Amino acid sequence: MTDQRSQAEIVRQSLKRRYRKERRFRAYGILAIAIALSALVVLFTDIIGKGYTGFTKTTITMEVNLDGEMMYLDDATDEKQMKMADFVEPLLQALIKQVPGATEENREAVRDLLNPYASNELREMLQANPDWLGTTQTLTVLAHTDVDVYAKHAGDSAYSIKLSERQQQWVDQLIEKGVVQTSFNDVFFTSGDSRDPSRAGILGAVVGSLLTMIVTLVLSFPIGVAAAIYLEEFAPQNKLTDFIEVNINNLAAVPSIIFGLLGLAVFINLFGMPRSVPVVGGLVLTLMTLPTIIISSRAAIKSVPPSIREAAEGIGASKMQVVLHHVLPLAMPGMLTGSIIGMAQALGETAPLLLIGMVAFIVDVPGGFFESATVLPVQVFLWAGSPELAFIERASAAIMVLLAFLVSMNALAIGLRKRLERRW
Amino acid sequence: MNTINPAVTSEADQYQAEPVAPVREQPEETIIEEGKTVGRPFADNAKFKLRDVNVSYGDTRAIKNISLDVAKNEVIAFIGPSGCGKSTFLRCLNRMNDSIEICKVTGSLQLDDQDIYDRRRDVVELRARVGMVFQKPNPFPKSIYDNVAYGPRIHGLANRKSDLDEIVENSLRKAGLWGEVKDRLDATATGMSGGQQQRLCIARAIAVSPEVILMDEPCSALDPIATARVEELMAEMSESYTIVIVTHSMQQAARVSNRTAYFHLGHLVEVNETNKVFTSPEHELTESYITGRFG
Amino acid sequence: MQPANLLLLTIVLSMVAYGLGYARSRSLAMPMGGIRYLKSLPFYYGARAALWCGIPALIVLGLWAAFQGKVIQTLVISSLPQEMLPASEGRASLLLSKISNVANGSLPPGFAEAPILEAAERLKALREQSRLFMSVLVVSVSVLAGFLGWIRVRPAANARTQVEAILKWLFFACAALAILTTVGIIFSVALETFRFFQLIPFTEFFFGSQWSPQTALRADQVAAQGAFGMIPLFTGTLLISAIAMLVAVPVGLLSAIYLSEYANKKVRSVVKPLLEMLAGIPTVVYGFFAALTVAPFISDFAASMGIDASSQSALAAGGVMGIMIIPFVSSLSDDVINAVPQTMRDGSLALGATQSETMKKVIFPAALPGIMGGVLLAVSRAIGETMIVVMAAGLAANLTANPLETVTTVTVQIVTLLTGDQEFDSAKTLAAFALGAMLFLATLLLNVVALKIVRKYREQYD
Repeated sequence: MTDQRSQAEIVRQSLKRRYRKERRFRAYGILAIAIALSALVVLFTDIIGKGYTGFTKTTITMEVNLDGEMMYLDDATDEKQMKMADFVEPLLQALIKQVPGATEENREAVRDLLNPYASNELREMLQANPDWLGTTQTLTVLAHTDVDVYAKHAGDSAYSIKLSERQQQWVDQLIEKGVVQTSFNDVFFTSGDSRDPSRAGILGAVVGSLLTMIVTLVLSFPIGVAAAIYLEEFAPQNKLTDFIEVNINNLAAVPSIIFGLLGLAVFINLFGMPRSVPVVGGLVLTLMTLPTIIISSRAAIKSVPPSIREAAEGIGASKMQVVLHHVLPLAMPGMLTGSIIGMAQALGETAPLLLIGMVAFIVDVPGGFFESATVLPVQVFLWAGSPELAFIERASAAIMVLLAFLVSMNALAIGLRKRLERRW
Repeated sequence: MNTINPAVTSEADQYQAEPVAPVREQPEETIIEEGKTVGRPFADNAKFKLRDVNVSYGDTRAIKNISLDVAKNEVIAFIGPSGCGKSTFLRCLNRMNDSIEICKVTGSLQLDDQDIYDRRRDVVELRARVGMVFQKPNPFPKSIYDNVAYGPRIHGLANRKSDLDEIVENSLRKAGLWGEVKDRLDATATGMSGGQQQRLCIARAIAVSPEVILMDEPCSALDPIATARVEELMAEMSESYTIVIVTHSMQQAARVSNRTAYFHLGHLVEVNETNKVFTSPEHELTESYITGRFG
Repeated sequence: MQPANLLLLTIVLSMVAYGLGYARSRSLAMPMGGIRYLKSLPFYYGARAALWCGIPALIVLGLWAAFQGKVIQTLVISSLPQEMLPASEGRASLLLSKISNVANGSLPPGFAEAPILEAAERLKALREQSRLFMSVLVVSVSVLAGFLGWIRVRPAANARTQVEAILKWLFFACAALAILTTVGIIFSVALETFRFFQLIPFTEFFFGSQWSPQTALRADQVAAQGAFGMIPLFTGTLLISAIAMLVAVPVGLLSAIYLSEYANKKVRSVVKPLLEMLAGIPTVVYGFFAALTVAPFISDFAASMGIDASSQSALAAGGVMGIMIIPFVSSLSDDVINAVPQTMRDGSLALGATQSETMKKVIFPAALPGIMGGVLLAVSRAIGETMIVVMAAGLAANLTANPLETVTTVTVQIVTLLTGDQEFDSAKTLAAFALGAMLFLATLLLNVVALKIVRKYREQYD
């Protein structure tokens, strides 16, 4: 070619411009990834920043004189008396002693530093140790939520401090004396929901989630695996099979809230099942996760090489024996991995459970599959809707617990896959 | 790049295309001396000057110390059993191996006395000068016209639409495709027959006026008639281009090339005038191969 | 007996049946010279007996447990004196909950009228009876069928093929559950939607531009008749989804391109799982983030610029939803881009195209149908997403395209209408199901079209 040389020249001249474009394009890609990752980072720091204080509680530790006369109590083993006794007074008196400059006149203001539940705590302690009556003990009780907020967030403009100036000074002094302390929030992990943020915990929601997940797992894993086996191994090539497959693929993409409508209309209204119970929640989540489990189980079955099947069939095993003895064990790791991921999805699911009434305010930790319960994500939703920032703090803490569960489930799935992975 | 390793894929294709070389290679270690090539590997008017080339994928050495010249406007054929490294070696010539992360090329590879693998060397410019045609026809899912115009467009070779039309027409004419497609330039290229697609790919390569065209088994996916057509085309093209062709068909090498290079297990065993290689090979491995004892 | 205990009992009975069947087959085989003279292994005789024992009983149990509540309720209601018969279903459910509260003892008898007390007694009695009947029926079915299975252990019987056939049917039933679920969805939304349209005219729902579903609670109450025009909900959903797509599509697509074409293995192995983490975060967490961090930030920022922005702006909900969808778009695009054959890339690179030219001019156009399919799936996700909008978007049904204003969406309204106190056949409750039906249809349509496009695209390169 005569113009090969000159064309090479043209190409060379265009290079600068083209490389500039190349660099710009590459920069867009990096920018996109940076945006996505920074969203992740911001999300996590935001939630941790909002919520880490939810893992601490504020308590008041002081010498309490358990004077029977003051409490109208002379026998701590007598249940009737215990019901009527005054447990506030000894705590109040003890606190007044600790607060410099506090007198009987401003006892109301001092009492507002104590948690309304503190008297119950004292009653429980006395019930456990009736011989304490008449002695002086060093006791630790919960502080009022307002004190809790002040102790953790004084100076943070986002939080409104409800304590008066004088109360604030008292609390400052009490903190200095070590009477008011913050420590690990065991209440958060050992109690159910409450109207009082410092008494609110996630145990009820965690147990509710656990019960719901048990129902979901027990139903969806066997059904999903059986359906996958049928579709991969036994289903004839016909319209019905096609229809089932189309249904599964579509159900996988149906919004979760639609499953809530299904649960409401079928399980609750048609079958008359009770609202807000883990069984119904589990049933709804089963229907929702089934497509995921079926799809991943089918993939696992597909990855078992035909040679294994042929080998078993070659020695006269029936189709069912081939499947149950050879294919299923080999596909099991893949199926388990898929199911764990499906379970993790179900664990984080909120919308359908709102519709079947798992959104009620429930204080008690549920004791069975047919008892009213809520679940962890719904608990987050409930607390997040509260105007009180102390609840928001708990909601963030609950999110961290939820995420910890999810992360460990996913880690389990990945670990399982790594350990049991077979290379054919 | 994505996880599909192009070299591995093409090797895998070869395995399907030809029987695997038999395992009785052990004594040949003594026959082949690394870096030693019998025949006439060097030329006076070299387009490519390749010295002590080594290529490895991770720990595996694919090309072992090869030295070779490719002369201006010659057609040189690379032959050899599958997995002998001929495709890998070809891909070094326009750095198509760059996209494989684990692939490492050492030695001196020069195009017109300029190092191909020099870090300052621009790969885009290199590929504009050294075009390539692949084993499987790979037209873009665009119209016939756009396929051919793609190269000139990205390189800015045409200032006006009429220039571009001219380049497209000329390229299609040279590829012997103009008569067949001139009325349906807007039709999608994927609807053409395999032979037409491959000639379209050749036209596409010609459209940027490269100096060298590398062909990686260009006829392996074609039927005999289409193959004959492409071979004819190569003969015409040899007047204006340097052509390096990898082929698994000895007949094809014999028909189209001036010189033939025989590769064996990553070694370049023998290079000579084509008729000499096929009539009186100097190396006994070459002889075994062309007489069909293996390969 | 409680259904749960019955379930356990049935399982125990099945195990017993297995043991008996197994033992019987062995003892039958003994005089013949060993189990090899049986048609099937003893295991299969036992398994057959167990299946016979368990399956019919479980079916009876399931049906009984599913329908007993409804049947008892109907019986109780119909036993009420004429003047107390409830006029509407909503009344009925109120009445029923009162009766059952009395029956459970959570409402002291002093608070209820005499007929209610009677009904409560009746309810208790019926519950007792039902439980007793169920227990007797289930146990007898199980024992009888198990006995049949045991009797029919004969050396010549091919128990294996029978067990396998039963198993196959069981597997089929599990697969067919998918159809049942779809039917259930359609049934549950269609029925209520139909009733909704008996109350509210078709035209108002589809073409009305007012949405305020507060209807009068009692007939004598003075309240505005609710308005049920879905257009503001529809536009609100579209606005938020559009914002989400504006975030998710470019970011998701570009990061997929970067990861598949430019990033080396190491970067990929770090970034990909991190992106996937975004997909694993529960939506309620995104909702929390949107409502409590992003929305205030946007309204403060807008205020500092002198622009008026709602504290529940569509931008906050949409933007966060977009972040949630990023990994969805990027993994789908990644699949699609990788499905473009390597030869196409090589062809372009060999002509001297740069990577971005190859991407923009060859790979992207080739992958476009697949990417479009992926985007449609993402849109279907966005319009069905609930928690983010429930928490971060408002309730006010504004007809606006301003992303800084509050809009509401279909899913928000479904949740709002169905949580809290509800009457079953008020237009308000039914409206939620009508909205659910629209949502189901819209997502179904999008999914079907998207899956079709993606499949067609894949076939092109297979």
